[in-house]
Amino acid sequence: MTFDIFVIPFFGGLLFLLAVLFIRFTAWLATLDKSGRKKLGHGLLNGQIFPATWEVFMESLLHRRMFKQNKLLGFMHMSFAFGWFLLIVLGNLESRIYSGGHVNPPYYPIFLKFFVHDKRTLPFELYTLPGFFRFIMDFVLLFILSGLVLALIKRVRSKWFGMKRTTQHSRFDKWAITSLWLIFPLRLLAESFTAGAYQGGGFLTNTLGTFFAAFLPVEYLYYPAWWAYSTALGVFFVTLPWSRYMHIPTEVLLIYLRHFGIKTGKKPDSFSEIEIYSCPRCGVCIDVCQMNSAGRTSSTPAYFLRSLRYGNPDDEQNANCMLCGRCHEVCPVQIDTLAIRIAARYEDNKLLVPSFKYLDQFDPSDTTADILYFAGCMGHLTPAVKKAMLKILTASGERFSFMDEDGSVCCGRPLLLAGLHEAAAELIRKNTDLITRSGAKTFVTSCPICYKVFNEEYKLPGVEILHHSQYLLRLVESGKIKVNNTGITAVYHDPCELGRGSKIYNEPRWLLDRMVTINKTEQERENSLCCGGSVGDLSMNHTERNVIRDEALKVLLASEPDILVTACPLCKKTFDNGTETVVMDIAEVVSERLQPASKTELSAAVEIAG
Amino acid sequence: MSGAVEKVRFGFSVNKDRQIDYDANLKNVSDIVQKAEPTFNLCISCGTCASTCTAGKFTDFSLRKVILMVRRGETKGLENEITKCMLCGKCQLVCPRGVSTRNLILQIHKALKTGAL
Amino acid sequence: MNRKIAVIGGGAAGLEASSALTSLGFRVVLVEKEDETGGHIKNWHALFPNRRPGVEVLDALRSKLGSDVELFSGKTVTEIKPVNDRFELSSADGWKTEADAVLLTTGFSLFNARKKEEYGYGIYDNVITSAELESAFSTGKIAMKSGEQPKRIGFVHCVGSRDEKVGNIYCSKVCCVTAVKQAIEIKQYLPDCEVFCFYMDMRMFGRHYEELYKEAQEKYYIQFIRGRLSESTEDHTGKIILKVEDTLLGKPLKIGVDMLVLMVGMEPAEITKNLGTQLGLVSDSDRFLVSTDQHISANISEIPGLFFAGTCTGPKNIADTLADARSAALAIAGYFDNNHNKS
Repeated sequence: MTFDIFVIPFFGGLLFLLAVLFIRFTAWLATLDKSGRKKLGHGLLNGQIFPATWEVFMESLLHRRMFKQNKLLGFMHMSFAFGWFLLIVLGNLESRIYSGGHVNPPYYPIFLKFFVHDKRTLPFELYTLPGFFRFIMDFVLLFILSGLVLALIKRVRSKWFGMKRTTQHSRFDKWAITSLWLIFPLRLLAESFTAGAYQGGGFLTNTLGTFFAAFLPVEYLYYPAWWAYSTALGVFFVTLPWSRYMHIPTEVLLIYLRHFGIKTGKKPDSFSEIEIYSCPRCGVCIDVCQMNSAGRTSSTPAYFLRSLRYGNPDDEQNANCMLCGRCHEVCPVQIDTLAIRIAARYEDNKLLVPSFKYLDQFDPSDTTADILYFAGCMGHLTPAVKKAMLKILTASGERFSFMDEDGSVCCGRPLLLAGLHEAAAELIRKNTDLITRSGAKTFVTSCPICYKVFNEEYKLPGVEILHHSQYLLRLVESGKIKVNNTGITAVYHDPCELGRGSKIYNEPRWLLDRMVTINKTEQERENSLCCGGSVGDLSMNHTERNVIRDEALKVLLASEPDILVTACPLCKKTFDNGTETVVMDIAEVVSERLQPASKTELSAAVEIAG
Repeated sequence: MSGAVEKVRFGFSVNKDRQIDYDANLKNVSDIVQKAEPTFNLCISCGTCASTCTAGKFTDFSLRKVILMVRRGETKGLENEITKCMLCGKCQLVCPRGVSTRNLILQIHKALKTGAL
Repeated sequence: MNRKIAVIGGGAAGLEASSALTSLGFRVVLVEKEDETGGHIKNWHALFPNRRPGVEVLDALRSKLGSDVELFSGKTVTEIKPVNDRFELSSADGWKTEADAVLLTTGFSLFNARKKEEYGYGIYDNVITSAELESAFSTGKIAMKSGEQPKRIGFVHCVGSRDEKVGNIYCSKVCCVTAVKQAIEIKQYLPDCEVFCFYMDMRMFGRHYEELYKEAQEKYYIQFIRGRLSESTEDHTGKIILKVEDTLLGKPLKIGVDMLVLMVGMEPAEITKNLGTQLGLVSDSDRFLVSTDQHISANISEIPGLFFAGTCTGPKNIADTLADARSAALAIAGYFDNNHNKS
């Protein structure tokens, strides 16, 4: 027997799902932009498939990144994904063996225990390890069911998983998750009843079957149970493309395309849509998002991506994000939430066309210098940083020029963060021209916001772009300036744009290490908190920002350091208004501990000391 | 009231009235903006934004003035004015009333584009 | 029967309340955290609006203290404990006393001007606070760091007041008139010095304040520019370049001054905040203490027997502080009349 009518819900659902996926995937790939299509073609040929396939195995099945974030959550996801995968693979193998190597219809392995329950008809089992499949299939089912138990617990007690919040479901999600959760218990019942009726099954199904048979008419129950199992599968497959479980097939596609070098661009495109559909709404990002502190949970990435998928996020969801990047760090799928948010803002603001024609008349007299120092807009509101940098640069003996001493053109990053990249390009052109004309070889800025855009968006061949923390470390290491260590304690705050944004974590610490004792904090480097001052956010009011600031300060100042050091004028100003602890930029620390380098200065210092 | 005399219009006016005709001006942009960015209402016209403004170095752009113009319904020509902002955020940092100036600029810009009748 | 009242803080409010309470027949324990009474007035060279010496008022207040006032100075009260209708007080150094009622006259402290980094205090040589200028008046020497006399001075109103960014949304009331007073004094010391005041609103609310303002314009040609300072820079000569918008003209204004005076506002004193927290008293978002009714019982706290006077409940000038202190004395007398005479 190889067919029964009860397989139709499953089989129909499966065909439907495959058809939908085919249409979806084809549409996505067909609407990739030109460079995306090129990368796709290239990637398919140049061997990127292999590392991508490995990543699919590690992430889609084993959930390695999820494990890193949270062991319980990792196990839960792995037991479902990898367990189900094993069930399918082993089930196929098992059915092949039972059927003597024939290719079977796709439903056959799924319902094998229904079709094959008469032990006397199993010639091939003599050739396999006795009971091997009976054992292994039961074991895998148990593995999946253990994940299901965890999932149930997580719904009720997410705190046990170290999660403060768990994602709320949409309507499709509810259908899908209900059917998903029913699939494996129903399979267990169907197999157990069948095992009870025919004295088959492995350690789990046989035991349960015998148990049920003692007080239930299992011979009448197993058939409806198989129906229920098939129906649960069918419902799951039909609802899947509209539920969050669409992430399962989409993530596979995403991993391949990402390996081919495709990224979300400045405007929403089919790749950003693939990223959006790949979000499993696991909720890992929700807890790390500081928007929760401001009471704006609906703006957290999981919900924002959900809104994008099911229609349009409201203005608040679009605008209300500091673009701090904490979510991206923890995302098990590595969805580029920042790029997607900025692209959504592009859509939102595309009617607006800022125009900087007036800059054509700005033609400052040409200065030539080796080093160009750029304080940045915000840097003018922290004169202590400016003054420190000028003192250090003078002491270093380098030939430098203060590019924006009397104010200058904005770097363009704030416009980019609002999605206005065409307007930003105008500013970038102007600044590029000014820098090129100076003939400088090194461009140093005090502002991480500026640094990121100069580093990533400007095309300045022959000009090295440095943040001042990098440059100052270099001055110290090369002996151009000398600093001392006075033994005070400090905590270093990673500015978002410098740390997560530009991956500069070490230089500031190496530099500070020469001058102070650095206290560790609970959340630093990749996990550091945003100060709340971010220009990434367009919607939060001042009071909400203060809440975020105060929470960050609590973590930073837990060790009661003498000073709080940062490397961003915006972070500095933001924190300074929220604490009595002295807040300093790293340049100020260097300036305070600057030792006289030249002989004349040295002797002068000795005289004063004497 | 009976006996009210109808005003006679003589039909010549040489100069355009230079006063703000508050009754005639439409306040739709103002209405949209204050809903979209409620801190619009908090401005006390201290001028800190305008004095720190990065664009203000090159142009006569003044957010303080723009806000007042929107409030009075004097929105003609404002769209051109608002395109000058570089969105750098200095004004937001110095505003003593905590006005979310960057979003305010975007919202005014948007209202002028879409909301003006 | 002689009730004993503990007055915490020997500034204007504490001194006036102490003498008022003794004349109402109470014994007073006046506790001052510094070595000397007088609070902020002792550092203030001259008072607005009439520019009389601060010490004159202080002497008058001190001389009214009779022998029924027991003064403890150098004692910082850290704990006030209500115990059976009475209060036990103790200080940081272990000193203790008891009282039938407590009057908090713990006052204010000046805003830390370093918090407005963009104004350059602590960064540029010639940026000072209004309090520092007042000390300079006491010494009679108004000079820049270099020793030269300034030729142009700017006064910035509302530093640390009316500024949500530093957490102080309120007006400190006294800075506008202080700026006008100090501007006039500058002109008296240095007649050739140009003086500019940068203000958001001129809040000349008290008697003779507007006249002082007028005098500043009429006699001293002090210039008032309506615009709030956004940032200052120091040029190569040490001049401080200010950026403000001349809001009345609608144009940005760049102006160099030799000296910049920041009119620092009032914040609740550390001891006000600490005792407030320790006692579980309600404080407002402005962190000043809150009375049971702002109009009707401004001196009465939520805790029976505990009273407020002076700037611990918000910025006040000296005249208002003294009136508030006398009103607190009456409130205390009323408290004992109503509640305790039965026994």
